[in-house]
Order: sequence, then C-alpha cells, then structure tokens
Amino acid sequence: MATKKTAKKKPASPKKKKTKTEVPEEVMATVFIMGKAHKVPADATIMGAIEYAGYQLKRGAGCREGFCGACATVYRLPGDYKIYTGLACTTLVEDGMWLSQLPTFPGQKAIYDIDKIEPSVETIQILYPEVFRCVACNTCTKACPQDLEVMDYIQAAMRGDIEMVMDLSFDCICCGLCAIRCPSEIVQYNVGLLAKRLYGKYLSPKSKELEKRIREMKRNKYDKEYQELLKTKKKDLKKIYYERDLE
Amino acid sequence: MYPEYMSESLEKVTQSRNKRFELAKSGKPIYPPMNAEEREDVLNKFHPDYKVESRRKVRIGPNKGESLTTEVTDMLESHSRITSKLFDLTSPDYETDILIIGGGGAGCAAAIIAQQQGVKSIIATKLRLGDANSMMSQGGMQAAVTPQDPPTKHYLDAIGGGHFDNKPELVRALTEDGPDVAKWLEELGVVWDKADDGTLQVLHGGGTSRKRMLSCRDYTGAIILRTLMDEIRNHPEEITILEFMPIIELLLDHKGQCAGGVLYNLETEEYFTVKAKATMIATGGYGRLHIRGFDTTNHYGATGDGLVMAYKAGAKLMYMDSVQYHPTGSVFPEQIAGFLITEKIRGAGGQPLNKDGEIFVFPREPRDVESSAFIRECLERNNGIQTPSGRVGVWLDSPLIEMLHGEGYINKQFPAMHRQFIRYGIDITQEPMLVYPSLHYQNGGIEINEKTETNIPGLFVAGEASGGVHGRNRLMGNSVLDYNVFGRRTGKYASEYATKAKIGTLSLEHVDKYEKELKDARIKTKRVSPILLPYYTPEDVRKRQLTACYEGTLR
Repeated sequence: MATKKTAKKKPASPKKKKTKTEVPEEVMATVFIMGKAHKVPADATIMGAIEYAGYQLKRGAGCREGFCGACATVYRLPGDYKIYTGLACTTLVEDGMWLSQLPTFPGQKAIYDIDKIEPSVETIQILYPEVFRCVACNTCTKACPQDLEVMDYIQAAMRGDIEMVMDLSFDCICCGLCAIRCPSEIVQYNVGLLAKRLYGKYLSPKSKELEKRIREMKRNKYDKEYQELLKTKKKDLKKIYYERDLE
Repeated sequence: MYPEYMSESLEKVTQSRNKRFELAKSGKPIYPPMNAEEREDVLNKFHPDYKVESRRKVRIGPNKGESLTTEVTDMLESHSRITSKLFDLTSPDYETDILIIGGGGAGCAAAIIAQQQGVKSIIATKLRLGDANSMMSQGGMQAAVTPQDPPTKHYLDAIGGGHFDNKPELVRALTEDGPDVAKWLEELGVVWDKADDGTLQVLHGGGTSRKRMLSCRDYTGAIILRTLMDEIRNHPEEITILEFMPIIELLLDHKGQCAGGVLYNLETEEYFTVKAKATMIATGGYGRLHIRGFDTTNHYGATGDGLVMAYKAGAKLMYMDSVQYHPTGSVFPEQIAGFLITEKIRGAGGQPLNKDGEIFVFPREPRDVESSAFIRECLERNNGIQTPSGRVGVWLDSPLIEMLHGEGYINKQFPAMHRQFIRYGIDITQEPMLVYPSLHYQNGGIEINEKTETNIPGLFVAGEASGGVHGRNRLMGNSVLDYNVFGRRTGKYASEYATKAKIGTLSLEHVDKYEKELKDARIKTKRVSPILLPYYTPEDVRKRQLTACYEGTLR
C-alpha cells in the first residue's frame, strides 16, 4: 500500500509519529505482556500497548471499540493478589501490569430449534441445566467488562424470568470473562443470548403497524408507485426529492 | 475529563443550551437544511473525495482507465500471494454448495436462508464468525413500517442521499424488502426497541424524511448479528464455519464460472482449496486502508479483500471513487480517536456546535454533506476545538437529549456511548462529545443486480462489498438493512443457482493472467493483496524486524 498506518491521523491535524525514542521516559509504563517486559506509553490502551511493543495481532483484536468481545484480557497489578479483567481495546495500561489475552473460550452452546421451544424455565432447564448450579458468588458480575449484573440475570434465568434476563444481558458482548471465572461452569453469555431470542420472538408485544405493512407489501400495494419512480427522469426525481415534506 | 483550556468553550455550549432547547421543543426548524446548490458547494470544497490527489487511474483489470480512490487503485495494482503452479486443483480439499466468504451480517443471513432450503454452505472467515462492521453498527436499521411512511418515501430518501447515482432496481429491492426484514429478524429473536403496546420505536437519521430508524438500544448490530450467528450455530450439519481461514483468491472453471476459492489458514500458514457450486463475497469494506490518512470506525479486518479477489477474477467494480466519512467520529480522548459516535445521537436531537456553542449546520444532512460542513467549520472558519494531541473537532451536544426526552434517556437508549466516555471521566449526560469525520464506509463495490449476481456466473456479492445500492453516499441505517436484504437474496438466488450449476475443470489461470497484466503495464510494486491484516507496529520496531514482511501478511 502506498499510504501506511504510520499516517493514520487526519491530514488536517498532522501529528508527529510516535516512535520509542521520541517519547520521554516519564510518560512510559512497564507492562508484562504474557510475562515479557515492554516499555509502552503510559496512556495507551492494552491493545495499543501490545501493538506498540511490536505484535501484529491475529487473535485478540476485532472491532477495537468494545462491541465484539475478541480482546478479553486478564491482568494483575503489582502488590495486589487480585485477578482483574478487561477488554484490551478500552482498558488503559498501568505501570507494572502483568497481562494475558483470552482470545477464545470453549463455552458450550446448546443446539435448539427456535421455533420449537418455549420462553419458560423448562427451556433453561433442558438447554442449560448447569445454570442451576449457580452458587451466587457474584464473581461473574465482578468480571464483566461491561459492568452488567451477570449474576442477577443468571438468578432470573433460574426463576424463568426471561424478560429480566433479556434486559440485564442486553449489552453483553460475549467476551467470555464471566464464564472463565465461574466456579459452576455456567456459560452466562449463551444463556443471555437464548433469553434475548426467546423474548424477541415470543414475549415482545407485536407491532400492529408492521403486520399491516407486511400485508400491504404482500398484495403489492406500492407496485404502481415504484413503477412511476423508476420511470422518472433524474432531473424530475431531484425536484421531487428536494420538495418532499419532512416529518 | 476535558482539559482546563476547553472550559471557556464548554461554558458557551452550556450557556446556549436553554435557548436551543426551547427552539427544538417548539418544533420550529433549528437550522435550515441545505438546498441542492449549497450541498454541491460544500462537497466540492471540503469533502476529502473531491481533492485531486484522492483519486488515481487504475491501469489494469475490468475498470482499467477509471479513476478510483488512490488507496484502492494501489490495492488493485498488486501481486497475488500465489500462482496457479502451486496448486493441484483436481482434488479439492473441501466441497460444498455455496462458499460464503466473510462471516459478517450478509454472509450469516445468506447461510441461514440457504440452510432453510436444504443447501449446504461453508462460511470461510478471516477472523472469528461475527468479526465484522455489522457487529459495530449502533444506531439502527431503516425500514418503512409506519402508516405515514410508504416504502417509496424510503426509496426517495435513499436515492437522493446517494446523489441519484444508485442503481434504481437495487434501491427498490432495499426499500421493498425492509418491512419483511424487520419481521424476519424479530421471528429469529431480535429485540427491537418498542412501546408497551408493541409499536416499533422509530427515529430520524441523516437524510430521512420520515422517522423510520428501528433500533436495539445502541447495540443494534450486535443484537442482530449475534442472533444470526446463534441461528447459524444451531445448524452445524448444513453450515460449516472456518475461522481464521480467509479466502485469498477465487477459483474459476474452464467455462468462466466462479467455482470456489483458495483458503489460507492464518495461523498454520497452510493453503487449501474449496470447490463450490456458487460463491458469495461478503467481505465487507475497507476502512483499515486508512484512506487519506483518516482514522476509521471499522473493525480490524476491514481491508477490502473481496474487492481485489473479485477484480482479479474479472468482476466489475462500481463507484470505487466514493468514500464515506462518518460525521461523528470521536476525537477526544486520544485512546478512542476515530471511534464511532452513533448518528442516533443526532436522530434523538443531539446538535453539532462550534467552539462558540453555536449550531452551524442542520444536524441531519446526508453524511457526506454533514461531514463536509464539519470540515469547513474547523478548517476554513477556524471554529473547531483543538485537542491536546493536535486534532480538531466540533462539539456534539448530548445533554440536550436528556432535556428533550427526560432524565435517564441516554442510559436507556445509549448505554454503549455512555460506557465509551465514562471510562475517561466524561459523562455525556452532562457534557458534550468532541467529534470529527472518521472513515466509515465503502460506498461502492462489486457491481451487482437485484439478485446479487455479478458479471461472473456463480459469483454473488452482498453487503458493503457490493456496489450500486447506495450510489455515492449511503444513509444511516441503510447498511444494516442492506446486508439483511441482499444477504437473504444471495441465500435465495445462490441456492437456486447451486442446485442447477455444473462445475467444470477448476482453474487459477486468471491469477497468472493478472500477474502478466501487471507486468505488461510495467507496474513495479512489492504490494501483495488481499492485505488481510493492517499493522500498527511503530517504525523503529519494524526496522529491527529484519526478516518480517507486512505485505499481505506474508511471512
């Protein structure tokens, strides 16, 4: 490629490219990437730090904006026994951080026919019986990089409260950090996904407007209007467009 | 936390907010939309596409002589990773009905429809299933579902937004299938935002004349794609998923039909061949080419791989001179530079403001016009706000949304946006965001018809990789609809094709022929494509990587 990632800033605001030699020592942090020490900018995200250190990621990077869950990371901080979790794309490094990525997790997913199951506690019992092993330790909630109430939605799943599972797990990005920490080996994110599908299909109130529109489309109500538009010359179409009313 | 020196400008935003709120609440126009001449003027002067150096003539292939986006031309004028000599094509490693290249929204939708008709498929994807821009769409999906919004209004909005360059039959397909897609997704289990009585929530987007933006909070793409992925994983017998296994060239047969592709295992570095009765390209866009040096909202794998594979096999490209810059990419803090700030923010009443806290453009112009107006405000009128790292941007006033819709609205409707900023001490219910255009979407692509067919028999394309649906500018919410509409259509038409197709002798001759074209045109380059992965390695590190090669991730 002619233009490379070295020039990934806007031309409008050219900024000097960072190289290791140019960054003053005081704004650097030492991080241990899978045990190996690297000096990286102190304000970097974990993903930025890994790339700064020279890795070209294959696994462990996806959307890079906190939606896809590809970059789940576990880390420790100096003098602290705790295991912390976060997404590499949105978590900032800290001096002395020791980190490792969790690019994939062998979480089991139940196979089912969405047309043949019911939005009930029995469905949860059949497809994800391990949910009922939950010991309410709340470790999943503490591990969630989205700050979701994971344990609460697992408890709701045990009660068959599909709507609450849907609501509490809505923003889940399926990174797997809850599942890897769970002493009962529950795959929380797949339970959430099942509940969302059950809610959307069976429990969400139906839109009458949508049903009406579907019926209209089936009897080709707008066929003639489309034919007219497709025949309209560009010039006339422009006129119609700029004169159209706005809701 | 915003730095101290921005407080004066922030204060002005706060000061003007009450007045702007009163005006917005009154229902009177908050700022006049541009007419045709004004739109043309701001685009000509400020849209990055309209700069001379942003385009270059391609010297080989089906679009030879046409001016395309410079970075695209560079990518097309490059070597293949392989030659035909390396492969024995008489005994392919995999055989299937449909080879689906790319595991985003379009590929998943196609696989589901094919499976329902008893047609088998392989989804070969470079990263994980679902690692795609589809996962990242926040704001919504357009579909004409309200009584005041016949689908023909949607047609008009889309075609006007695309500067009347869209292929009309594709826009008809897009808008006509919209309501059915909304229902289909709900039946698969997508949870749409709704009122208690079931009425679908609809909002405006840039360039819409009716409220028709359906949404799932601001995780619309994530909810839709994860639903599709889950459905795919319910059918392991019919749908095979190959992850970290990109296709790097297409296979043709001696009759010129597309007949599968060559797989590359990104981790073990082995190559495999796939014979298929029909082939679908669903590889998405090219944001990671960082066109004109812009940051991008796109996912890590968005390197335009499908474009170059199809081009080498003889497929025609359309509107590859047109790039979409999303008006509201984040510019502060530095760690989230380029990240997408959903257009739903403006759909819900958020306003773009200059350093004096003044509104300077109608907030919902089509994206190219809105972006150009932002660039004008910053560069020509010098009314932008500088960030500590030297970027520039305008305010996007989100607290106004809470005033318009009531407290708690942002947390309910924009959990992702709130999360994105609160990590850095910015509460968007209290303070505005700082934004500037970010490279977002490939407007053009491989030319298709309404059955998603290309000029190569047996090759189907859907989603961002295709060209013609959006003309030279896509509207918000039409890409989510696009990948569903045309993904489903590929599922249908490629299945029909696959049941009838007779594949002849497999060939990679087109790859050798393309190599010869490069040589005959005296194009000297080290570039290798598809690019597969971008890199962000500092220059001094690369200098020490004496034996590494970054071209096309070749090792």
